[in-house]
Amino acid sequence: MTGSEVVMKLLERHGVEVIFGHPGGAIMPIYDALYDSPIKHVLVRHEQGGAHMADAYYRASGKVGVCFATSGPGATNLVTGLATAMMDSSAVVAITGNVASGLIGTDAFQEADVYGITGPVTKHNYLVKRVEELPQVLAEAFHIASTGRPGPVLVDVPKDVQLAKYDGPLDSEIDLPGYKPTIVGHAGQIRKAAEAVRAAKRPVMIVGGGGQVVPREVAELVERTGIPVITTLMGIGAYPPAAEESLGMPGMHGTVSANKAISHCDLILGAGLRFDDRVTGKISRFAPNATVVHIDIDPAEISKLVKAHVPVVGDLRDVLPRLTQELGPLDIGEWRETLAGWKATYPEKYTLDKPLVSQEILAMLREATAGECVVATEVGQHQMFAARMLPTTKARSFITSGGLGTMGFGLPAAIGAAIARKGETVVLVAGDGSLQMNIQELATLYKENLPVVIAILNNGVLGMVRQWQELFHAQRYSEIYLADSNPDFAKLAEAYGIEGHNIHDRETAKSAIRAAVAAKKPVLLNFFVYEAEKVFPMVPAGAGVDEMILGDQEPDAHRVPEPVAR
Amino acid sequence: MSGAAGGSTDGSRNKRHVLSVAVRDKPGVLVRIAGLFARRGFNIESLSVAQSERPGVSRTTFVVSGADDTIEQVEKQLQKLIDVLTVVNHTAGRSVDRELMLLKVAVRNPDERVEIRQIAQDFRARILDVARTALVFEVTGDERKMDAFIEQMRPFGIVELIRTGRIALERTAAG
Ligand SMILES: Cc1ncc(C[n+]2csc(CCOP(=O)(O)OP(=O)(O)O)c2C)c(N)n1
Ligand SMILES: [Mg+2]
Repeated sequence: MTGSEVVMKLLERHGVEVIFGHPGGAIMPIYDALYDSPIKHVLVRHEQGGAHMADAYYRASGKVGVCFATSGPGATNLVTGLATAMMDSSAVVAITGNVASGLIGTDAFQEADVYGITGPVTKHNYLVKRVEELPQVLAEAFHIASTGRPGPVLVDVPKDVQLAKYDGPLDSEIDLPGYKPTIVGHAGQIRKAAEAVRAAKRPVMIVGGGGQVVPREVAELVERTGIPVITTLMGIGAYPPAAEESLGMPGMHGTVSANKAISHCDLILGAGLRFDDRVTGKISRFAPNATVVHIDIDPAEISKLVKAHVPVVGDLRDVLPRLTQELGPLDIGEWRETLAGWKATYPEKYTLDKPLVSQEILAMLREATAGECVVATEVGQHQMFAARMLPTTKARSFITSGGLGTMGFGLPAAIGAAIARKGETVVLVAGDGSLQMNIQELATLYKENLPVVIAILNNGVLGMVRQWQELFHAQRYSEIYLADSNPDFAKLAEAYGIEGHNIHDRETAKSAIRAAVAAKKPVLLNFFVYEAEKVFPMVPAGAGVDEMILGDQEPDAHRVPEPVAR
Repeated sequence: MSGAAGGSTDGSRNKRHVLSVAVRDKPGVLVRIAGLFARRGFNIESLSVAQSERPGVSRTTFVVSGADDTIEQVEKQLQKLIDVLTVVNHTAGRSVDRELMLLKVAVRNPDERVEIRQIAQDFRARILDVARTALVFEVTGDERKMDAFIEQMRPFGIVELIRTGRIALERTAAG
C-alpha cells in the first residue's frame, strides 16, 4: 500500500462516511486513493466551506467531520473553519497535503507553515514525518477530536509520505500520556453541588453547547426539580424552548426573562458553558447574588471568567444523572411565579409596520416546519432573531457560529447538516452580507441536491453593524450599505440551478415558505425587510445584563404579542 | 530583577512565577507554549529546555511575569496541551533553582586582576579563560547571587555576559 491508501483505509476504519474537500497538487496522491474508496466525497468550491461543512456535520450528527485540502493556499483557506470549530468545540479532522518533506522549509511552490499556522486554532495538530506514523497519528487525531472537550485536529501529510510504500499493520495503539480528560465527576463535588441547589430559593440552570449531548439528562433533572432553564446560543435545543421552565437565551440579545432571572437568582447551575462575554455582559454585574455551580469537562473553563463556588469537572453524561439522583422537587414556587410573571410581561413581540418583518418570516418558517427542522444560521441580526424566534426543539439542530461569529458559516453549515441528517429539512437563516461570504457553495448545494431552504432576511445592510452605529456611533453609518450592489439573489440562485424567489410581501412569503419546505430540494427565498430593524433587548457592550435596552420589547399595548410557546 | 521563585513582585500586579513544564519531545511544543504565554499577556523572562531523566521527555523552565489571577488559567491551559505532561508552579521555599552565567570582565592592570579574582573567589566563580586584558568566569547559583556578582564586576567593565535562565526542581517532602 501507499501512504495515501493507508490514509483512505484508516478513514474507513474510523467510520468516516463522507469527506468535504478540494484537491490540489500536494494532495493528489490521496485523491488518487480516494478514487477507489467507498467513502463519499463532497467537492466544495472553497476550502473554508469544506471546514464549515465538516464542523456542521459533527454538530448535527455527533460523528467526527472530515475535510481535505491541499498545501499552501488550500490549507490556509481552512484556517477560519478550524478556528470556528475550535471556538464551538466541534470535532473535525482536517487532512492537508504538504510539499515533499525534502522541500519543507525551502519556500517551495505552494508551501506554507501549516503546522505552525494551525497550532493556535486546533486542539492538536500533526506533521507526519514517516509513513509508519500514519496509523497512530490518525487514531490519535480521531481520539483527540472526539473525546473530552471536542475540537478540530489537523494532520499535515507531505507528498512523499503519501507516496511511500507501507506494509505494516493498520491497527495502532494511541500513546497520549499528556491527554486524560476527566470524565467521571468527583462524588464530593457532586454532593456539594446538590446541597447548594437544594439550599437555593431562586435557582436557575444555564445550559451551554455541552448540553447538546445530554438533552435527556437535562430534561430529567428539570423534571425532577422544577428548576428553570436558560439555554445559551450554543445550548439551543438542549431543552425544549416551549416548556414552562424554559426562559430562552441569556446575554447581549437574550430574553428579558433570562437576563432578569440571572440578575435576581441566588444560584446558577451552569452546565457545559464557558460564560462567554456575550452571555455575561459586565462580569461584576453578572448574577451578583448567586452561588455558582459550574459543571464542565474542561477544567480550564472553571473560574476562568465567573468564579465557581462549586466546581465539578466531568462529562455531563456522567455528572447530570448523578446530580439528579441527589435532588428532589425544589421548593421554589414563589420564584417560578415571579419568572412566569416576567415571561408574561415580556413575550417576544414585533410590529407588522412594514410589508415584511424579519420576525414574522421566522414565525412563518416555524409554522411551516412545525418546529421540526434543523436550523443553520449566518451571523448578524438575522442570527439573533433566529435564536429567539426559531429555536429548535431538538438537540444538535441549531447550527450557528457562536464563539467566533463567522460570517459565511451558514451556507456550508446548512449543507454539512443536511448531509448529516438525511431526510430532514434544513432551514438556513441568512443575511444578505454573510451569505455572500461563501456564496460559491450554492454550486455544492445544487450538486448534492439537499432539502435546504435558504431564507435571506435581506435588509440591504450589514445590519448588526448598522445597529451599533445607530445606537453607539451617532448614526454615522460607515460602510454598511449593501443594497446598491447586492446581486439579484433569486437570479443568482437560478444561475446555480437552484430555484429562487424575491419576496416583498406577507402573502407571497407565506405561500413561498410552505412550498419551499414541501419541495425537499434547495430553494432560495430572498425576503426584503426594512434596513433599520433592530434586535432588542440589547445589553450594550460593557454593560451588565441588568442594563438591557428594551427598545421595541418594552411592554406596550400597541404591538402584537408573539407568544414563543407552541 | 531579584527575588525568590514565584514570590516577588515588580511593583504592579505582575508577579514572577517559575513554571516547570514537562513536555514530550515533539516538534512544535515550545511554540505552542510560548504562544500561550504571549496570548495571555505573559512576558517570558527566561526559558530553558533540557532533557529530563525520562527518555523522550524534556523539562522546560519558564520564568514569566504576569498578573496573579491569570497564572492559574495559564497553568490549566498548558495542561490542556496534548504534549504537556505536567505543570508545576514553583512557589518560594518548595523548590530549588539554579542558573548558570558566563561573564567576561575587563582587566586593566595587575591590581585589578587581584581584586577581581578575590571577588570571584567569594562568589565561588570558576575561571574559564585567562587573557591579559580579560577574564571569563562561570557562576552558578540563584538569581540573587547572579545579580550581586554582576554588580561587583560592573566597575571593572563587563565586556559580555550570558545567563541561561533558571532551572528548577521541587524539593522532596520531609520524611
Ligand atoms: C467574517 C466576518 N467579518 C465581519 C464580521 C462582523 N459582523 C458581524 S455581523 C455583521 C453584519 C452581517 O450582515 P448580514 O449578514 O447582512 O446580517 P444582518 O446583520 O444584516 O442580519 C458583520 C459585518 C463577522 N462577524 N464575520
Ligand atoms: Mg443584512
